[in-house]
Amino acid sequence: MSTSQTNVVVTGLGATTPLGGDWPSTWSALLAGKSGVRRLDWEDIEDLPVRFAATLAVDPSEMLPKQQLRRLDRSQAIALISAREAWRDAGFAPRARSRKDDEPAEGDVVDGDRLGVVVSSGIGGLHTALSSYDVYKEKGWSRVSPFTVPMLMPNGSSGHVGIEFGAMAGSHAMVSACASSAEAVGYAIDMIRAGRADVVICGGTEACIHPLQMASFGSMRALSTRNEEPERASRPYDKNRDGFVLGEGSATMILESEEHARARGARIYGIAAGCGYSGDAHDIVQPDPTGSGQAKAMRRAMLDAGLEPADIAHVNAHATSTPLGDVAELASLKVALGTEAAAGLIVTATKSMTGHLLGGAGALESVITVVSLYEGVVPPTANLEDPDDEVDLDIVRGEPRKLPDGPLAALNNSFGFGGHNVSVAFRRA
Amino acid sequence: MAVAASEQEILEGLADIIDEIVGVNKDEVTPEKNFIDDLDIDSLSMVEIAVAAQDKFGVEIPDDELRNLKTVKDVINFVQNLQA
Repeated sequence: MSTSQTNVVVTGLGATTPLGGDWPSTWSALLAGKSGVRRLDWEDIEDLPVRFAATLAVDPSEMLPKQQLRRLDRSQAIALISAREAWRDAGFAPRARSRKDDEPAEGDVVDGDRLGVVVSSGIGGLHTALSSYDVYKEKGWSRVSPFTVPMLMPNGSSGHVGIEFGAMAGSHAMVSACASSAEAVGYAIDMIRAGRADVVICGGTEACIHPLQMASFGSMRALSTRNEEPERASRPYDKNRDGFVLGEGSATMILESEEHARARGARIYGIAAGCGYSGDAHDIVQPDPTGSGQAKAMRRAMLDAGLEPADIAHVNAHATSTPLGDVAELASLKVALGTEAAAGLIVTATKSMTGHLLGGAGALESVITVVSLYEGVVPPTANLEDPDDEVDLDIVRGEPRKLPDGPLAALNNSFGFGGHNVSVAFRRA
Repeated sequence: MAVAASEQEILEGLADIIDEIVGVNKDEVTPEKNFIDDLDIDSLSMVEIAVAAQDKFGVEIPDDELRNLKTVKDVINFVQNLQA
């Protein structure tokens, strides 16, 4: 488990999710096996096949000044909220020290030229795009907000977070559907390893629970239609799973070179050890049924992290609760790690509680994975009552599971429409 | 607006708009203030303020006129001239 590369460590965490307005409340709800899925009481969805989703536990409009909210899509507002939490959690002063901002402040100060930002969204400002078109139709072009473009562009969150903290090393936003923010974490690791930044704010955000989005996924037959018991709808690996549950939220990690973090005495949650990518090159929405693309991403993550299959104790699976995807991932885990190492894995599927955050999923599940290692406990897979016959790995269900002591590592998998496969490897510091 | 507004009414109306859109305290909106230098209002926010002012005072502010409106007093004069 050694690598000659610069170690990249996780020093700050933030999350705004269906389970809580911040990371600690989200984590305690995860351990308690709570569901963030709720019935929607909107008037215009009566005809939709799906009338529930994992909406945010808190109202973001109560957490930011109204003038700022006018300029932010919902996805951007929650990105900013979770980035602020992670930044504070890492112990930094409110803003990086930049050319304009030299006054001393409480907390550790980063050089703005050495601070990067990578915040992804799979879709971007869908609410803004659709409501702006309504304004255009009803009131004409001149009443369309001049902030519409920055609010709907999927890189807008990265821009806003970079402005807030003074990140001048680089501002990026990977777009790869449901793998977007796992890719953001991978890119952030690379920025630090390549010496282009000492600290990177990375994560993802999504807020597109909207009738059009529900109709679109509904017409693909991708969503669960368990309208009578929404909190039980997301049930990865269960025989009676019938699709995923749309969720919204944002999660942020502060990544830092180990040298930089040690020099300032930062708390270290774990090591962001590496990342693996592959393309399925198969179908725009269906995963390659052989799972070979997903297995390649996992193998490449281990290679990048200097890890062997035997080092991997835990996997936070992509597992969205679709009939085919969940068990296909288990098959590819066995291909990637070998049958013996896979049999020893402790696997969980936290989308059973959070719903599927799409572009925010990879970041949230990365946070969950690194904290699972740090705290030594893995949240359960909720609603797993009657496992599918093809489930032959150790899935955590019912109660949280303790992890063994020692130098463990874990993988977080994220797979997106378009055949984007990303696996992020973490290990204990 | 049926009856032409006084200078004070226009100032107060404008201060309400600026407070609503960019969060500048109403007391800070005084005639001599420059939008960019004194009130820290950027060009896109200025477009929003102009649209709101058009609705509130019932006047048209063409884009090439907007560029000339540098201070709060400039807007007050512009609105009064059109209402006269």
